[in-house]
Amino acid sequence: VVNLLGISITVLFTLLLVFIIVPAIFGVSFGIRKVYMKTLLKIFQWATLRIERGAKEKNHPLYKPYVNGIIAKEPTSLEEEIKEIRRSGSGKALDAPEFELSDIFYFCRKGIETIMDDEVTKRFSAEELESWNLLSRTNYNFQYISLRLTVLWGLGVLIRYCFLLPLRIALAFTGISLLVTGTTVVGYLPNGRCKEFLSKHVHLMCYRICVRALTAIITYHDRENRPRNGGICVANHTSPIDVIILASDGYYAMVGQIHGGLMGVIQRAMVKACPHVWFERSEVKDRHLVAKRLTEHVQDKSKLPILIFPEGTCINNTSVMMFKKGSFETGATVYPVAIKYDPQFGDAFFNSSKYGMVTYLLRMMTSWAIVCSVWYLPPMTRQPEEDAVQFANRVKSAIARQGGLVDLLWDGGLKREKVKDTFKEEQQKLYSKMIVGN
Amino acid sequence: MGSRASTLLRDEEIEEIKKETGFSHSQITRLYSRFTSLDKGENGTLSREDFQRIPELAINPLGDRIINAFFPEGEDQVNFRGFMRTLAHFRPIEDNEKSKDQNGPEPLNSRSNKLHFAFRLYDLDKDGRISRDELLQVLRMMVGVNISDEQLGSIADRTIQEADQDGDSAISFAEFVKVLEKVDVEQKMSIRFLH
Repeated sequence: VVNLLGISITVLFTLLLVFIIVPAIFGVSFGIRKVYMKTLLKIFQWATLRIERGAKEKNHPLYKPYVNGIIAKEPTSLEEEIKEIRRSGSGKALDAPEFELSDIFYFCRKGIETIMDDEVTKRFSAEELESWNLLSRTNYNFQYISLRLTVLWGLGVLIRYCFLLPLRIALAFTGISLLVTGTTVVGYLPNGRCKEFLSKHVHLMCYRICVRALTAIITYHDRENRPRNGGICVANHTSPIDVIILASDGYYAMVGQIHGGLMGVIQRAMVKACPHVWFERSEVKDRHLVAKRLTEHVQDKSKLPILIFPEGTCINNTSVMMFKKGSFETGATVYPVAIKYDPQFGDAFFNSSKYGMVTYLLRMMTSWAIVCSVWYLPPMTRQPEEDAVQFANRVKSAIARQGGLVDLLWDGGLKREKVKDTFKEEQQKLYSKMIVGN
Repeated sequence: MGSRASTLLRDEEIEEIKKETGFSHSQITRLYSRFTSLDKGENGTLSREDFQRIPELAINPLGDRIINAFFPEGEDQVNFRGFMRTLAHFRPIEDNEKSKDQNGPEPLNSRSNKLHFAFRLYDLDKDGRISRDELLQVLRMMVGVNISDEQLGSIADRTIQEADQDGDSAISFAEFVKVLEKVDVEQKMSIRFLH
């Protein structure tokens, strides 16, 4: 029995090497993952139809999530709406500013609308799917599952936990240890063309192995717009996996806080091979210091493009929230990138208030796959008539448009913090104008 | 991650809520999903903090008054039934409901009940009358620091003068209804579902 185990492990590892690691080193692909994806899609469609049939047989309405909101909201302003209410109430001259008891209807209805469905809080939890993807974590109608479906689901669990998970963990382990040892070794070389070349390829190779460790199926669009040296690459943020996805297709300087533990080991090794920008925890609060170091880095045109996520926190990939203006003040060329995940195969959103990093990675590695599309948008620079905030909003709109995401002005920090009073004060000011004029 | 909306709410409960509020089955399950996503403590009830966590509600000048409408006198938690009962005021009035069933209780979304909801936003001490003081306080919430006390005072005085008919320098519910008799309350205090 021991012999059999030994032989099967050797076979497994040889297969691993040939089909996964070697292609990763050279950046080619056999296309196995695409076939896998197509097969899964067919199975999901079948599963959803079965559930719908089950529900019809029991004569029970099915719970269907609606991503675009559940109530009708008119895109009118405070002024327009209050004028409308007053118009329906009296024939008096509408232009004269005055107070009407009926004005309260506006605030009342707006308030209740946001209680039923608001634009912000739903961005901080995973997107609900319309069809079932055989993961119990996404099923809302499980009392309609037939026997056949349950068997299929059980088979899915077996495949995911007993075959895919160990394979992925082995790959992740390989990738990370190669990254740490590779960059440390390269770090001993004298600075020059050779070191740069090796550093680039060590980084790329290890990220590609990690991509395969997650079974990430990525489609890159418009690769001719890829970020160049001396620029800043900005992208919408959904999860730490975004870094792996972008860095496996390009060589970037990372920016971030130094962590402890395994992350810290990786970060310290990486910076030996090429100049990443790591901050101590205390330095992160100092906005001027951060801006200074970033500016210094981009001003050196030979340095690698910086990878930054201006939202500052993970959002659930249905919208893009406010971009912090820091990266847009440096004067460098900005290369926007839009990342859109397909949640059917595994939701990549990192809900940090619900799951820790390890739980999150385990969930990723027990999903079917991570499927996403990456669009490299044409580079943008700050125009003379716009300030950093306007520039940031322009870039944000471009990314939202390309990725098919909702463009929001709200701050992603609202995930944890309360909204600022200035917004309420704006509303109060607008209303005051309506009852006393200027 | 997604809520098991259709499983935790029993069919009997859905039927009861349907009868009481008039919402459809799918609207109730959808609002239950919303209720559970707001319920961070996962204890089946919402507190005032749960509402204040909605940014768009927190910036509404009358946000606190609206939140208050959900909580019965002296209580700090509202369950799903209470939640639905309050939201029911904003259900649009359907055509087949206009021919009223005189024997049944008045539906929560009738014109009168919608007006009553708005009246209660003004009537801070719930004594059935909007006094000058109460009107001033609510006005102050709506305008913030942008209008002086004197100006606000004269606005309140004028409003009460126009509405007051029985000379008690306060606005009763009947007087309130009279002032707003021409306003399209049915439409302005209704929220339409997309499905």
